[in-house]
Amino acid sequence: MDLRVLESVQRRWTKRVTGMSGLNYRARLRVLNQYSVQGLPRDHPESYHSYMWNHLFKHIDIHPENVNLLDGTCSDLEAECARYEAKIAEAGGIELFMGGIGPDGHVAFNEPGSSLVSRTRVKTLNQDTIQANARFFDNDISKVPTRALTVGVGTVMDANEVLILITGQHKAYALHQAIEEGVNHMWTVSAFQQHPKTIMVCDEDATLELKVKTVKYFKELWSVHSKQIDDPVAFESTRHG
Amino acid sequence: MPVTQFKNCRILRDHELVREDLWVENGRIINPEELFYVQKRPPAFQVDCRGSIVAPGFIDVQINGGFGYDFSFDEDKTEEAVSVVARGLLAHGVTSFLPTVITSTPETYRKVLPRLNKRPGGEDGAGVLGAHLEGPFISREKKGAHPVQHIRPLEKGFETVKEVYGCLDNVAMVTLAPELENACDAVEGLTERGIVVSTGHSAGSIMDGERAFKSGARFMTHLFNAMTKFHHRDPGIIGMLTSKRLPLHELYYGIISDGIHTHPAALRIAYKTHPNGLCLVTDAVAPMGLGSGRHHIGDMDVVIEGERALIEGTDTLCGSIVTMDGCIRHFMHSARCTTVEALEAASLHPATALGITAQKGTLEYGSDADFVMLSDDVFVRATYIAGRQVFAAPGQAFIHEPVQ
Repeated sequence: MDLRVLESVQRRWTKRVTGMSGLNYRARLRVLNQYSVQGLPRDHPESYHSYMWNHLFKHIDIHPENVNLLDGTCSDLEAECARYEAKIAEAGGIELFMGGIGPDGHVAFNEPGSSLVSRTRVKTLNQDTIQANARFFDNDISKVPTRALTVGVGTVMDANEVLILITGQHKAYALHQAIEEGVNHMWTVSAFQQHPKTIMVCDEDATLELKVKTVKYFKELWSVHSKQIDDPVAFESTRHG
Repeated sequence: MPVTQFKNCRILRDHELVREDLWVENGRIINPEELFYVQKRPPAFQVDCRGSIVAPGFIDVQINGGFGYDFSFDEDKTEEAVSVVARGLLAHGVTSFLPTVITSTPETYRKVLPRLNKRPGGEDGAGVLGAHLEGPFISREKKGAHPVQHIRPLEKGFETVKEVYGCLDNVAMVTLAPELENACDAVEGLTERGIVVSTGHSAGSIMDGERAFKSGARFMTHLFNAMTKFHHRDPGIIGMLTSKRLPLHELYYGIISDGIHTHPAALRIAYKTHPNGLCLVTDAVAPMGLGSGRHHIGDMDVVIEGERALIEGTDTLCGSIVTMDGCIRHFMHSARCTTVEALEAASLHPATALGITAQKGTLEYGSDADFVMLSDDVFVRATYIAGRQVFAAPGQAFIHEPVQ
């Protein structure tokens, strides 16, 4: 997942969310995270805990009990995955799933080859993902974790609404596979073609591998798209659903 | 214990002013991530700091008195003097200080020292970290305003120190002249006791200063004042600031930046030469804080005109009456340094010199929650000790809102 994308969206969302009155500790906002990298302690600066604290949680008044993260340091990883699925069910299911994709079209850490009906489990990261993450570990490949706990494709498909953020030319081919080719477990984001309510938000560069016809179609729907948000922003959106 | 979250502020952390919240519990600064992820507790109170700068509480390592009291001369009123000064300092962001006693007799030391107990700060005033004994082992030529008849040599080095001062338990810092015979023995003895030794009131050479440093003297008292004038062929102890024989990162020096005792150009020279060692001190005397006009202090008649305190009927300065926040502003203006550098010169640097950075001088997790809320132009809005508000400037109410 491209963290910079998530960062910029979260910044905007955080601004809107923190600007909202009424978001206080009693608010029923509950957050569950998509994945956690195995072996990284909570207080490591590159852990998901650190990332989420610095980019979202510390900016909003959310009760800590409403925050759920997969624990990549526990001894029984399978039990942790089962606990997480149970937690999702207990919360009434996922209302909105928000995330990005990898250049290989993976969602969360559902690497190419993942089952499209998978649940929360342990996954071994592939070379591309490890390379992409090396920059967070002083560019030392040996320091990059190789396994992660992740929500499954099936887990995300159960969400009420799915929001995927795709920006930059390096994601363009993945976007093409996501919406113009078939459902294929080598590009796990393509599974959302079968979800009733998916929005994919992208910038101009991300559309570079799409047919001109596809891009034109969605661009001409701008008047419909702009009703999705209160303050239309100058980026293109591709809606699927 | 209830946690308070200070929001909407810029805190001084890692040598930068960053937009971060400050979290306080039980008198200490805590790590919010640990509270959030491990304890899973929200804060009990939130405080809107209205965009204030939050800096570690200021530390004054040289202050002779204030508000009409003098630590050296009011030897029968020591507790009262400490109490009044400690309370008065809160308005200037000072949360810890070293009451300073100038050259005095053994009798005075025996009376006063046991009463200058180290004590934590709080609603009643800034904390006392220990006494600063400036003299009597100083140079007669460089006595400044010290009484010459009580200046004495170090006949037996550290033994003499113990004989003259009596009990050293409450002593945090000692100023002496490094060129005195047996000075190094005194320095070693004091350093071994954990007391910071400062070279000052000295007619010594740079080599005298370096010898004292090697014996353990890590501080210098009011740089430029009461020491050999800097000469390009004989820099005196001022030359230590660029000595190639010393690990400079361990050398600290006090400087009075009231715009009067140190020329701005001299301040700039010190700042440019060794910025990390620079510690702002007030060296304030009894008339500090009394406001303009005539005052009778001890057996002196003093006139305060603006920022100067003069002996009545003369043009002679009778000491500094600057406040610590005034020093910071003067320093920023004269040295054209950054706000961070100026704030660190009043907090981090003195704390490092005293070896107490684990509790004071920073806003790191685990340190004491002594801090100051400041406006952008470094005026004190509120002062906190152990997480409790101990001073708020008029019109600056910071409300602790309970979290619903």
